[in-house]
Amino acid sequence: MGLILLALVPVFTALTDQSFYLDLVNRLMILAIAALSLNLILGHGGMISFGHAAYLGIGAYCVGIPAYYGVYSGWVHFPLAMGVSALFALLTGAICLRTTGVYFIMITMAFAQMMFFALVSIETYGGDDGLVIEVRSAFDPWLSLEDNVTLYYVTFASLAICLYLMHRIVQSRFGMVIEGAKGNERRMQAIGFNTYRYRLTSYIMSGAMCGFAGALLGNFTNFISPEMMDWMRSGELIFMVVLGGAGSLFGPVLGTAAFILLEEWLSGITLYWQLLFGVILILTVLLNRGGPLRGAKPLAGSK
Amino acid sequence: MIDWSLIVTQCLNGIQLGVLLFLLASGLTLIFGIMDFVNLAHGSLYMVGAFFCATFTELTGSFLLALVLSLPAVAAVGILVELVVVRQLYARDHLDHVLATFGLILCFDTLVQMLWGPEGMAIPLPTFLNGRVTIWPGIGFPTYRLLIILIGLAVAAGLYVIVTHTRVGMRIRAGASNRTMVSALGVNIQSLYTLVFALGAVLAGLAGLIIAPITEASIGMGNDIIIVAFVVIIIGGIGSIKGAFIAALLVGLIDTMGRAFLDGLLKLVISAQNAETAAPALSAMLIYILMAAVLAFRPQGLFPAKGR
Amino acid sequence: MHNPAPDVMLHVSELSKAFGALRATDAVSLDVRAAEIHAIIGPNGAGKTTLIAQLAGELPPDSGRIEFLGRDITRLPPHTRSHLGLARSFQITSVFLDMTLLDNVALAVQAHQGHSYRFWKAARRDAALVQPAMTLLSQVGLAKRAHRLARDVSHGEHRQLEIAMVLATRPKLLLLDEPMAGMGTEEAARMVDILQGLKGQTAMLLIEHDMDAVFALADRITVLVYGQVIASGSPDAIRADTSVRRAYLGEDITAG
Repeated sequence: MGLILLALVPVFTALTDQSFYLDLVNRLMILAIAALSLNLILGHGGMISFGHAAYLGIGAYCVGIPAYYGVYSGWVHFPLAMGVSALFALLTGAICLRTTGVYFIMITMAFAQMMFFALVSIETYGGDDGLVIEVRSAFDPWLSLEDNVTLYYVTFASLAICLYLMHRIVQSRFGMVIEGAKGNERRMQAIGFNTYRYRLTSYIMSGAMCGFAGALLGNFTNFISPEMMDWMRSGELIFMVVLGGAGSLFGPVLGTAAFILLEEWLSGITLYWQLLFGVILILTVLLNRGGPLRGAKPLAGSK
Repeated sequence: MIDWSLIVTQCLNGIQLGVLLFLLASGLTLIFGIMDFVNLAHGSLYMVGAFFCATFTELTGSFLLALVLSLPAVAAVGILVELVVVRQLYARDHLDHVLATFGLILCFDTLVQMLWGPEGMAIPLPTFLNGRVTIWPGIGFPTYRLLIILIGLAVAAGLYVIVTHTRVGMRIRAGASNRTMVSALGVNIQSLYTLVFALGAVLAGLAGLIIAPITEASIGMGNDIIIVAFVVIIIGGIGSIKGAFIAALLVGLIDTMGRAFLDGLLKLVISAQNAETAAPALSAMLIYILMAAVLAFRPQGLFPAKGR
Repeated sequence: MHNPAPDVMLHVSELSKAFGALRATDAVSLDVRAAEIHAIIGPNGAGKTTLIAQLAGELPPDSGRIEFLGRDITRLPPHTRSHLGLARSFQITSVFLDMTLLDNVALAVQAHQGHSYRFWKAARRDAALVQPAMTLLSQVGLAKRAHRLARDVSHGEHRQLEIAMVLATRPKLLLLDEPMAGMGTEEAARMVDILQGLKGQTAMLLIEHDMDAVFALADRITVLVYGQVIASGSPDAIRADTSVRRAYLGEDITAG
């Protein structure tokens, strides 16, 4: 079923007389990759990270800061984005993952906010106002992301690859460990798994993938700002995962689509669309009695 | 050449920030400690308090009267929120709390915009609060900020008395450790929870309105400070008011002193230019580094509430 | 330094744990020998759960030593103990409810097949996991239910699943925390058979309330009351011990 949806995407590109839709779906796909990465630790691993937007920001800054110094090569940007994200995930995850439950949520939130404030304070890279990216990533000698259509296809390919990767990871031995640790960590330890290490690994992988999405995002918006990592953005990411059905493969993609399209539609109706949006979000939670972490799947089918 | 006047002033500023954080954090930690509920929208109640006060000050011409009127108003909002949304979620897991209250933030931000417009509102202070007080020969400090400190300490003392020496407080503490027992004993748990939530709302609203004369009431003003409040309760230990108090003062002092003096300190060890770029970023990160450090040694915070 | 006899696998020495004024474990010493079933009994509140938690590595003792196969494991985490051959079952069902019975056991098998940093091959189609898991499920009589979700099977079947999972970790010594808890007569009898069948393969430290089972299985019995060992010896010796009878005031421990 999901494959049909993916197949429809190129159809949209045929409609690209209206570049608006090209942009909309492009942004949707980038955020879908971010949501996919969050799903690994949230949906499959049960780790409620409220700081995932930090990786989007880090990824974007890994494009913007080199560009500021005249380094425009995508071969630098993207690996850097993933590397720095992985490092941040390692350092913060090492601390966060020693906590559980509410502490974990709050600490991930706090670390993301820390990055936000740190970047706001660095005036050289724009501080609060952000930084414009004049030139997009170039993957010499093959292609450059300057062209919107090229960027679109690169994003599309990335999303497809990420979906496939997630599919394999989730079914693998590693995936089983993460899932087991979500269901019953104590048991996992009793049978011999050092759950902390496996969770940290998944946390790092998730951060790296989200950093990659961040690099795409920076290219897409031609602009970087600390706002990208604000904790409210993290909340939106969680919603995208939960709306589509946490723990399923296509759930994050569908959830992101639902979220973005709803946002577009509502903001067209009224200036005060956020109120409606908020109400819808609240109702989604109140009515979803199964609980998102129990694999309830409002939109997507079964795993 | 130590500028004592600056150090004392910044110290007091730190304490002022600390008591503000305490007002916010205490409600948050109470609600979590007793109802096991994570309330992201606590910052929205902070904002609502500020706006109510702004309007009441406009209507009555007196800030102090507005203060008194705003508190029951915020309590009412809190009760409404508890009855309509929060109550349905006590049995759910924390993710649901977080998502629902996140939705509430969006609602509150928009509602405030609808009712008060997109611009912020200033709150004028009566003249006698606008001056400075000489607390030591040669060292002056704004009267109003001193008042904030006094109010905060009074509230802290009041909370301590309520929780440890009154019957309501006893019920609150009992409810925290054993819900089923307490309701079996005939205490109406639902009303108790509403009461606690309302109390938390009032504390948050008080914090908002008390700082608004300095910062202005503005949309979304709660969304950034709520994170700091979370840091405070993480450091202090979730569920502990004493922990929130100590952690709040600690965080307030470290943040304020850090911002004021870090670049000066850094200049002693590294070049002035590097210090100037690094200092703001580093001082912004200080409280989070503090949080990480505390967690490294005590993952439950400094004074974890017992028996969860 | 006390030198335990060569066939002693688990040696617990002066283990103590207090919660405030409550001495949950009070200078407990005992050992478990190879191929024996050593049962621990005691009235409610005797501190059996606390003891198991310390032996399993979930709770650090205040003082004392735990030695397993000659090695000091007092401060080792649960997952390391599992790899040394010390396995533990849970009193309150603790399986992976959202996974099938097969998945549950396969996970336990997987834990002992090297590291799990394998991201590509599908675990559920991995014969190296599935075959041993199916064998174990047959051993406990659950082969036919292998593809059922754990949340959809009965309580008794959960207990059988527990045993299968624990066996999957190829233990040298089993810590069994009330394996018969909540079982009817027929199911309990089946469990006793399974445990009997394991005798000789694996040493066992068995915590149980079900006296029929205890006297049917145990080679030695230790009695725990208020955190202290008040008696230890063969089943007959325990049956005759007056302090034990006093502890179980009114309870007829000679039944069965």
